[in-house]
Amino acid sequence: MEWQEVVKRLLQNKISLLGILIILFFIIVAVFAPWIAPPRDPDDPYLIPRAGWSIEPQPPSDEYIFGTTEGQYDIFYGIVWGTRTAFRIGLIVVGISTSIGIVLGTIAAYYGGWIDEILMRITDIFMSIPFIIATIVLVTILGQGLTNVMIALITFSWMSTARLMRSQVLSVKEDEFVQAALALGANDFRIIFRHIILNTIFPVVIQASMRMGSMVITASTLSFLGVGTPEGYADWGQMISFARNWILGVEGNPLNYWYTLIIPGVAITLFCLSWNLIGDAFRDILDPKLN
Amino acid sequence: MIAYIARRLLILPIILFGVSMLIFSMIMMLGPYQRLSTYINDPAQLKGAEDIDQLVSKYGLNDPWYEQYGRWIGGVLKGDFGWSESAGAPVTKAIADRFPATLELALLSLVPVIFGGIILGVLSAVHHNKALDHTIRIFAVIGWSFPSFVFGLIVLMIFYGVLGWLPPGRLSNWATEIVRSADFVSYTGMYILDGILNFNFSIVLDAIRHLIAPVITISILWWAFILRITRSNMLETLKKDYIRTARAKGLADNIVVYKHAVRNALIPVVTVAGQMVLGLAGGLVIVESIFNIRGLGQFMANAAQQLDYPGVLGGALYFGFLLILINLFVDVSYAVIDPRIRLE
Repeated sequence: MEWQEVVKRLLQNKISLLGILIILFFIIVAVFAPWIAPPRDPDDPYLIPRAGWSIEPQPPSDEYIFGTTEGQYDIFYGIVWGTRTAFRIGLIVVGISTSIGIVLGTIAAYYGGWIDEILMRITDIFMSIPFIIATIVLVTILGQGLTNVMIALITFSWMSTARLMRSQVLSVKEDEFVQAALALGANDFRIIFRHIILNTIFPVVIQASMRMGSMVITASTLSFLGVGTPEGYADWGQMISFARNWILGVEGNPLNYWYTLIIPGVAITLFCLSWNLIGDAFRDILDPKLN
Repeated sequence: MIAYIARRLLILPIILFGVSMLIFSMIMMLGPYQRLSTYINDPAQLKGAEDIDQLVSKYGLNDPWYEQYGRWIGGVLKGDFGWSESAGAPVTKAIADRFPATLELALLSLVPVIFGGIILGVLSAVHHNKALDHTIRIFAVIGWSFPSFVFGLIVLMIFYGVLGWLPPGRLSNWATEIVRSADFVSYTGMYILDGILNFNFSIVLDAIRHLIAPVITISILWWAFILRITRSNMLETLKKDYIRTARAKGLADNIVVYKHAVRNALIPVVTVAGQMVLGLAGGLVIVESIFNIRGLGQFMANAAQQLDYPGVLGGALYFGFLLILINLFVDVSYAVIDPRIRLE
C-alpha cells in the first residue's frame, strides 16, 4: 500500500482522526508554550514557577487556572511545558531506539548464521529484565535527570523493533525483487536499503507509534517513583508524584485536592491515547486479515 | 520437542551469563567507592577500617574487570548481594522477606487478568463490528493508555478516600497484630494461604480486601493486551474452513464458537505469556509502591529513591534470573501441550 493511501484512510477513520486531532492540539501547545505560559526565567523555561513556599496545594483561581500543587508549583505551567518534555522524550527515545532496532534486526536477518545468532541472543539478554526495572536500575546508576532517563529508555527498548524487523526482513529476503537485485549485482547496502527496508517499514512504524505513548508513560513512572527528572522540572509524571501525598484530601472532603492528580493524569492519558488510537487504526488498515 | 527443549536448556546458561554481565557492567559504571557498597554484607565490616582506600584495595576494586567479575559472581552465587541501606538488611534477606507478598499479589492477579482478557476478546470477536465490539475496543485502548500509577491513585482516592472500602497496605492493624502473635503460624508469608492454614478466615477476608484494588489496577492494563490478541486470533479462526464445516453440518452457533473456535484461537495467546510475566513483574513495582505493599517491587522503588545501589542491582538480578526460569518453564510446558511447536 502506498503512503498516500494510508494517510487518506487514517484521515477517513473517525477513531484515528480523533487521535490525530489530539496530537495536533498537543503539538500546538508545545510549539506555542512560551506564549501560552510565559516563563519567568527565559533561560530555564522548564523550571516550574512557584506561587509561594507553603506546602499545601491551592485550588484553581484566576491567577493559577489549574491551581498549584505541592510546594506551590503552578499546575498550568507544568502541563504546558510538560507537553514539550513529553514530545522530547517520545520523539528522541522512539527515534533512536527504533533506528537501532531496524539496523540490528536487518543485519541479523540479512546475513543470518552466527551474526544472527549472536545478535538475537543479545536481544534475549536485554529482554530478560522487565523494562521498567531495567530502566530504574540504569537511571539510579547514571543519576537523575532527563537525559539519563532517555538513555535508560533507549538502552532497554530497541529489542522489540529488532525482532520485528528481523522477521520482516526474513520474509521478504527470498522475494523475487530482492533476488533480482542480487543477480543484477547491486551491493549489500543498496539492496538492504532500497529493496528491503522500504518494503518492510510499515509494521515498524505502527510499533513506533504505539511506543510513543508507552515511553512517555515509563518516563513519567520513573519521575513518579522519584528517580526521573529533578524536582520542579516541567514533567507530567513528577506533577503526579506531587499529588501523591494529597489524594486522601482533608477531613470531611476526600476530594479536596482532586486537581493535583486529575489534571496531569488527564494530560498524560490523552497524550498516550492519541498515539495508541493512531497505531490501532494504522494496524487495522494494514492488516488484511481483519478486513 | 526434545530438540526444542534441549536448545532452550543449552541457551539458558548463555542468557544467565549475559544478564549477569549486563548487571555487572552497570556496577562498573559506578566509581570504586560506590562499588564498594555492593560488596559489604554488614555495616560491621566497615568498622575499624581506617580509610576507605584500604577497603577498596582489599576487595580489589581497582583490579581488571574480569577479575572483579569473577569475585562478584562468586559472591552472587553464594547469595551475597551486599548490604541494602534502604531495607536495613542484607539484600538477600530483604528480598526473601518481601517475596511472599509479591508472589501472592502476582498469583492472585493472574486469574482475573487472563480470564477477563480472554472473555472480552472472544465477546469482541463474536460481535465483530457491532456495538459491543466497539465498546470493548474503546475500553481496551483507553485501558492501554492509562498509566498504572494514575489509575492506581484514582482508585485509592475513590475507593479508600471517599468510600473507605479498599485500604492500602497488606492487612488492617488488628489483623497485623494477630498475624504477628505467637498463635498464628506463618507457613508461607502469603496471608491468604496462611489464614486458611490457620483456620482464621477473618485474616483471609482482610487480606483479600486489601488486594482488590492492586489486582484491579494490574488487570486494567493487561486486559487490553490479552483482549487484543484474543480478538484478532478469534476473528482469524472464525474464518477457517473447519469452522465453516462445523456450521454447515448444523452445529449450534454457540457450540461452534465456544467449543471449536475458542480453543484454537487461544493457542497463540499462550505464546505471549512470557511477555506478560515480564510486564506483570514490572507493573508490581508501581502497584506495590502505590498501595504500600511490602513486596519486591516496593523494595526496588525504595532502593532506587535512596540510591541504594546493592538493593537495586541485587533486586534486578534476582528478578531477571527468576523470570528467565519462569519463562523457560512456560515455554517448555507449552511445547509439551501444543503439537505444532513439537514439530518445529
